[in-house]
Amino acid sequence: MDDSKFWPQGVTRCKPGAFIAWMVVCLGLLGWAGLSAFLCIFKGLNQTNMNDYFAFGVWIVVDLAIIALGAGAFFTGFMTYVLRRDELKNIINAAVIIGFICYSGAILMLGIDIGQPARGWFGFWHANVHSMLTEVMFCITTYLIVLIVEFIPLILENRQINKVPDLAFFAHHLHRIMIVFAATGTFLSFFHQGSLGGMFGVLYARPFAYRAGIVIWPWTFFLFILSAIASGPSFTTLIVMLTEKVSGRKLTTHKVKMLMGKISAYLLSFYLVLKIADTLYWANVTLPKMGVTFGDLYAGGPYGTYLVWLELGLFGVVPALLLLQRRVRESYGLMALAMVLNCCGAVMNRFVFTIQPLAIPVLPFEKFVGYLPSWQEWGISAGVIAYGLIVFSLAYRYLPVFPQEVELNKG
Amino acid sequence: MSLANRYSAGEHRFGMVIDIDKCTGCGGCTVACMSENNVGVLYDETDKIRSITWMRVYQVDNGKPFPETQVAFFPRPCLHCEGSHGHHTPCVSVCPATATDYDPQTGIVSQIPTRCIGCRYCVGACPYHARYFNWFDTPWPAGLERPLNPAVAPRMRGVVEKCTFCYHRYQRAKNKAFLGGGKVEEMDYQTACTEACPSGAITFGDLKNPNHKVAQLAQSPECFRLLERLGTNNKVYYRTTREWVRRLADNYLKDEKPGQVAAS
Repeated sequence: MDDSKFWPQGVTRCKPGAFIAWMVVCLGLLGWAGLSAFLCIFKGLNQTNMNDYFAFGVWIVVDLAIIALGAGAFFTGFMTYVLRRDELKNIINAAVIIGFICYSGAILMLGIDIGQPARGWFGFWHANVHSMLTEVMFCITTYLIVLIVEFIPLILENRQINKVPDLAFFAHHLHRIMIVFAATGTFLSFFHQGSLGGMFGVLYARPFAYRAGIVIWPWTFFLFILSAIASGPSFTTLIVMLTEKVSGRKLTTHKVKMLMGKISAYLLSFYLVLKIADTLYWANVTLPKMGVTFGDLYAGGPYGTYLVWLELGLFGVVPALLLLQRRVRESYGLMALAMVLNCCGAVMNRFVFTIQPLAIPVLPFEKFVGYLPSWQEWGISAGVIAYGLIVFSLAYRYLPVFPQEVELNKG
Repeated sequence: MSLANRYSAGEHRFGMVIDIDKCTGCGGCTVACMSENNVGVLYDETDKIRSITWMRVYQVDNGKPFPETQVAFFPRPCLHCEGSHGHHTPCVSVCPATATDYDPQTGIVSQIPTRCIGCRYCVGACPYHARYFNWFDTPWPAGLERPLNPAVAPRMRGVVEKCTFCYHRYQRAKNKAFLGGGKVEEMDYQTACTEACPSGAITFGDLKNPNHKVAQLAQSPECFRLLERLGTNNKVYYRTTREWVRRLADNYLKDEKPGQVAAS
């Protein structure tokens, strides 16, 4: 079996056998997810270990995390098409594919997470304009449509599809008006990344989550936007680096990766200044007004203050300081390490906001209840990752994702 | 602030006063509520973090060893928060599908199970754990459908439910008043838990009507609300003369005393 005529012009890919073996592994994970989804839909969410104390579980953590990490798509799109940083054209395709995977994966996951999947559209039909979640639903759905539009030209650029003149014409012209979609995507993404943060910041009866803010937006609204655009470019670059290691081919110049690292560095530093200020204000002003101290919130259960040091220190200040240095960005390994830490920080932040506010009892006579996900919950989570691996692997194999690949691998 | 001024404009603000010093923790209110509102019995009712108890009775104690041990009970329905200082009701404002609503006329927080998508955001938003998700299909073994209350629809799996202050009883009282040409009187509309309490610990009525007993009781300095300082501005008042019980009703810093702090 030879599929080389479908590969992008001038590149080589691994043998079909190896690729199929890799797909089988991913499909195995997807099968686990399929079984889990079947059980959750037909038997109900009692298949999970969630309960009335842990109304949100690992799915929402993964959901929020991949949406944050997928922010590389809109922010790189914004930098490439709106701010005209032309060198980012060498990585924008990868960013769009990763964004598409993250958003479509998140929506699929949410479809299982809600108790009545068939009523998912009620959020649009009976929309509650006061709810941050309504805004999230509107924006992630419409932004997914934008991502699909951004992804289509790339699919049409497949060597065989591109031979059809009408499709090639369509792809070419869609590319030319991409600035419109990049700008739309930026607008939509800013709002839903913010609303995801707002979702927790508005919970004024949950002291751990509640944050003061401006007009209707709690500070978490702005902080979630910033942490997403700080970690998104790092995640995109990491995936490119990982693909380079797995394929053994150079896909973009190191200069492009360094630029992504620099963008992450500045945004992460700016985010951290605001995040630390927000944490100090919350601990010293907001919480005492509610009769709670910072120490109280970290006293019970497994969630100690070590989480704060991890999130803001090891996964915050450390990668920011590393990425700010040109020497670090010049080193492939050190930059990758800093980017991993940066992404861990975003995931940790989403974990902290999803799990801890619900885990910590507010009523003085309530008890802490533990929660560990069931195998079905892990199955769905693993399935989303497997889905991402499949889409990205197929895209890398058959689509001209990296414009610099041919030149960088000559000879 | 006077009782009526705590709440927004609207004809009624139905609420409760629960006298903790009278409550014996018998659970009669819980049983009456389940029966009245068609809350089913799950196969495993020992799994209390997934079972449904619209009216839950919390047992608390003063933490002292015998013979100084004292026990008290907090019966906890939905507290029907109104919110304050610009905040909405915690759960109503977050629902993406408008499946829960704050009735401006009665102050009752409703739940529309057939519109609920089961996202559970409201469950997370409520600090009182008054909202319950249907993790299971409620079994109705043969014969158990006979005592079902026809005025209340049983809920399906995958949706959230909660206490409605027996809203169907209010509708019935309104119908009766309409047919009789009069008004809904205090005793025309009483919740099932109020009627069932053998020690008369629960008083229900319109907090905005000074002639209702609940409005008179709620103004007592011995009355307070759960987590009052969060600003949920709810309508279920508790009464006790015991300092340690009152201290358990809210969070306080070390140097603070109940009754001396304002809502945040």
